[in-house]
Amino acid sequence: MSATAAADIQLDASGRLRHFLTVEGLSRELLVRIMDTAESFAGVTAQNVKKVPLLRGKTVVNLFFENSTRTRTTFELAAKRLSADVLNINIATSATSKGESLLDTVRNLEAMHVDMFVVRHAQSGAAHFIARHVAPHISVLNAGDGRHAHPTQAMLDVFTIRRCKGEFAGLKVAIVGDILHSRVARSEIWALNTLGVDEVRVVAPKTLLPAHVEALGVVPYHDLSEGLRDVDVVIMLRLQLERMGSAFIPSEHEYFQRFGLTERRLEKARPDAIVMHPGPINRGIEIDSAIADGPRSVILPQVTNGIAVRMAVMSMAMHAGPDREVAA
Amino acid sequence: MSQADLDVETLLARLEASLREELVRRRVDDPAMIGVHTGGAWIAEILHRRLGFSEPLGYLDISFYRDDYPQSGMNPDVRASKLPFRVDGRNIVLIDDVLYTGRTVRAALNEIFDYGRPAEIVLGVLIDRNGRQIPIQADCIGGRVELEPGQRIKLVGPEPLQLTIRAGGR
Repeated sequence: MSATAAADIQLDASGRLRHFLTVEGLSRELLVRIMDTAESFAGVTAQNVKKVPLLRGKTVVNLFFENSTRTRTTFELAAKRLSADVLNINIATSATSKGESLLDTVRNLEAMHVDMFVVRHAQSGAAHFIARHVAPHISVLNAGDGRHAHPTQAMLDVFTIRRCKGEFAGLKVAIVGDILHSRVARSEIWALNTLGVDEVRVVAPKTLLPAHVEALGVVPYHDLSEGLRDVDVVIMLRLQLERMGSAFIPSEHEYFQRFGLTERRLEKARPDAIVMHPGPINRGIEIDSAIADGPRSVILPQVTNGIAVRMAVMSMAMHAGPDREVAA
Repeated sequence: MSQADLDVETLLARLEASLREELVRRRVDDPAMIGVHTGGAWIAEILHRRLGFSEPLGYLDISFYRDDYPQSGMNPDVRASKLPFRVDGRNIVLIDDVLYTGRTVRAALNEIFDYGRPAEIVLGVLIDRNGRQIPIQADCIGGRVELEPGQRIKLVGPEPLQLTIRAGGR
């Protein structure tokens, strides 16, 4: 799907967010607005009552065709902190496993008067497909589709970078690992380039880089120490063992020897560089435990920030449709 | 009311005097003050300084608590609320610029109670205007103004602070 087509379906006639399917095609201004709104939501955790009434009476459906405890939990918590009711549909035991089509499942949930679908699916484009077919009052958020996009993960990552570094201009960011299978990397590259970082590097063996990766606006490296030189942010990706056969890397041990993040290799980065990881971590395969648990790691703040970012996207998307705009 | 009656410094002085009197009457010393973004925060910053409160000033953005959110959507300029003190059992002075329908104050009260249960809240506003839609009234005011339906009064600032009356719009 082209950037223009993706933006067309995501934005309403006034250019405001209606669905959140991909970072691709969205403006810098909108990405900044998502982060600014998330910053406000981050303060909600300071309250005794860790909820705001924005989505009271709304029903959010977590439609997960692929397992992900962490992402589903943070979407659920985000919706609940906005006072929405949440349905978690376990697809493994749902009617789709009895032969019902995806659209029939969506139609039945629509008939139950739900207001938002949070969709995770192993097929690229699944969230777009649902967004094109839902009723006008329903918003669709992509919680990860195939190898295509994971936009809220990208937004929580750039939000975390902004909280640690302030500005994006002047930053060098290295994304290390399985770029080929990573929807997170794809979304992060779009977000970082839109926000104007100096340089996005991708560091991986050739077998884990897409062909013509430079076209995404990144500089490829095949040597970790070189790729980390003078960077401000290191984003380690999970080696998606379930998505690859044995052909991509010789062994996990050898992968760690060449591309695992260790204290020694991290010395190449700037002294104040931060280390990120979308989780779950394969300790000792892509990152040394000493780094993952060390002072430069912001892996747990990423999880916390994920709730605020998802609250921001949910609240912005839920009320942006032109059919819902009424003069105050 | 003429433009001369909308002199912010005069209204501020009256509100300050009224607050001093009210706090003495209630035997409240060293309360916690909260300003409602944006105009209320400007007013609160000045009053907080003049009244010499020791507790740092708190700020509320009631965007997440507005009862017209389903109609008007997300305020693009939402700021984080910051209450740098415990609310439980505190005497609180809540400051806003204009008291009109009462819905902003209602939202502010709802938000404050999500931080804790205050002992009491004194509401001070720079301008009290007609057009109340819910039963809320200020304890201390700088001045009153009667406006025609559709007219709006707005505090612009922060430097200088100025009250303007406009026809229609938000």
